[in-house]
Amino acid sequence: MSDLVIRTEELSRHFGSVRAVDSLSLEVPAGIVFGFLGPNGAGKTTTIRLLLGLLEPTGGRACVLGFDTRRESDRIREQCGALLEHSGLYERLSAEDNLEFYGRVWRMPPAERRKRTQELLAHLGLWERRHELVGTWSRGMKQKLALARALLHRPRLIFLDEPTAGLDPVGAVAVREDLARLTAREGVTVFLTTHNLAEAEKLCQQVGVIREGRLLAVGSPDELRTRTGAPRAQIVGRGFDERVLELLRARPEVTDVRLHDGQLSLELRGDGDTAPLVSLLVSVGAQVEEVRKGKASLEEVFLTLMEEER
Amino acid sequence: MIPDVLTIMWKEWKEVLLQRSGMRRGWLNVLLMVAVFGVFLPLQAGKDWVTSPIVLGSWAWVPIMLVTNIIADSFAGERERHTLETLLASRLPDTAILLGKMLAAVAYAWGVTLASLTLGVITVNLAHWEGRLVMYSPHLIAGGIGISLLTAALAAGVGVLVSLRASTVRQAQQTLGMATLLVVWVPILAMGVLPASWQQAIGRGLQAADSISALLGAMLALAAVDVVLVAAARARFRRARLILD
Repeated sequence: MSDLVIRTEELSRHFGSVRAVDSLSLEVPAGIVFGFLGPNGAGKTTTIRLLLGLLEPTGGRACVLGFDTRRESDRIREQCGALLEHSGLYERLSAEDNLEFYGRVWRMPPAERRKRTQELLAHLGLWERRHELVGTWSRGMKQKLALARALLHRPRLIFLDEPTAGLDPVGAVAVREDLARLTAREGVTVFLTTHNLAEAEKLCQQVGVIREGRLLAVGSPDELRTRTGAPRAQIVGRGFDERVLELLRARPEVTDVRLHDGQLSLELRGDGDTAPLVSLLVSVGAQVEEVRKGKASLEEVFLTLMEEER
Repeated sequence: MIPDVLTIMWKEWKEVLLQRSGMRRGWLNVLLMVAVFGVFLPLQAGKDWVTSPIVLGSWAWVPIMLVTNIIADSFAGERERHTLETLLASRLPDTAILLGKMLAAVAYAWGVTLASLTLGVITVNLAHWEGRLVMYSPHLIAGGIGISLLTAALAAGVGVLVSLRASTVRQAQQTLGMATLLVVWVPILAMGVLPASWQQAIGRGLQAADSISALLGAMLALAAVDVVLVAAARARFRRARLILD
């Protein structure tokens, strides 16, 4: 229990009749990147606000770094970093002044502030531009600087609310790479909200899926795939006619067969062994050129969960 | 607590001096104000600028004007530029954020006022030299320093309450502008509609009053209002409410 950085029990926050967060029970262990996935308006931002003690819960409770969010929110904020919905940077100040300000906020000694600022800005490729006003920067550069600000005081836990939202693909990849590198190097636990599933797949060791305030599933991306997505196979070749499709449908390990552009798409049961199916195809005169096996992507898992919930 | 207040003040001053331009332009704006209140107006008023009790009016309204320019931005500006939530998610205590913003405005306005009035006495002596140094009387200096500080705090208290509620800086500025007009013009207009006998009685009362007691009374009243305003702002400052607003 002691290595949990976040633990919520039936945590709820209602705004009138809207249940922004509804009986959320969640455990996040230390040292991982935890992805909180959900569509817009799912309750991700409200959850972060509750965990930082910025909002009072309507019901339930939450502990962050061992502190209760109702009674000890000051202690939580002392030990966390945050990159929220907006970068929160002072655009009339330079990049260096932004970090200087937050270094003072966290009462870092002047020498350490300077050293840490140089270290982070150099790592993110922003050191040469530290004297420029942040207002003149691109959104991608601002997000990198906001990431540096969140990590400046070496927090044990950082909250990142959709850190790549609104960035172009190149900017998003750059921020994602920096994020992965920096968090691994700093050994910090990350609570990351996103609706970008590729991002979650690349960065997160564990993910939770939320919709309309309710937690639908939680686990590693692989676990979620196993739980909600069956193994599948694609077979490229010739001679796939209706008779072949009927034979495949009759097999107990096959749950679904589709033929598209001469290519067979199979959804399988169990461990997804395709060898007997290839033998069957060959025995009835079909020619098999290539077999590709795979699991459902996190996106498919996510869509399945959303569909099930409806 | 004090280092946190100073941290907020540091950031506020940086932002004030860097507004939409460079640091050099920011300092130029400050110098321009000091030149207007410390050179131009004293030159116009002559020796009266130093000797007349009317000068207390300047000690009172200059800081109000300077504070209202800055304080409207304190919370409404942070909200409008989406920096408020990140600030509230930091370790800073509520009181430090609130006092830091108020004191930054008060110290700025008070500093500019004191610098202007010091420059004013130099200007008057240089421009209207009559063979001896003309100085503010000790009562005028004490009263002026106190009044300017208290009116700056008054404007900061009202301003921060308005800024906490306003969703944009413009809205905060408009509300504060209206409030200032009311404070300045309502007493003047009210005097105008009073019966002549009442006006004469008030005039006689003011002339007969002991000026030091009247000044002390005014300062005490201002201090009491300032304390109430700080308490009201402290009560109004709620992180959850600020975020949801």
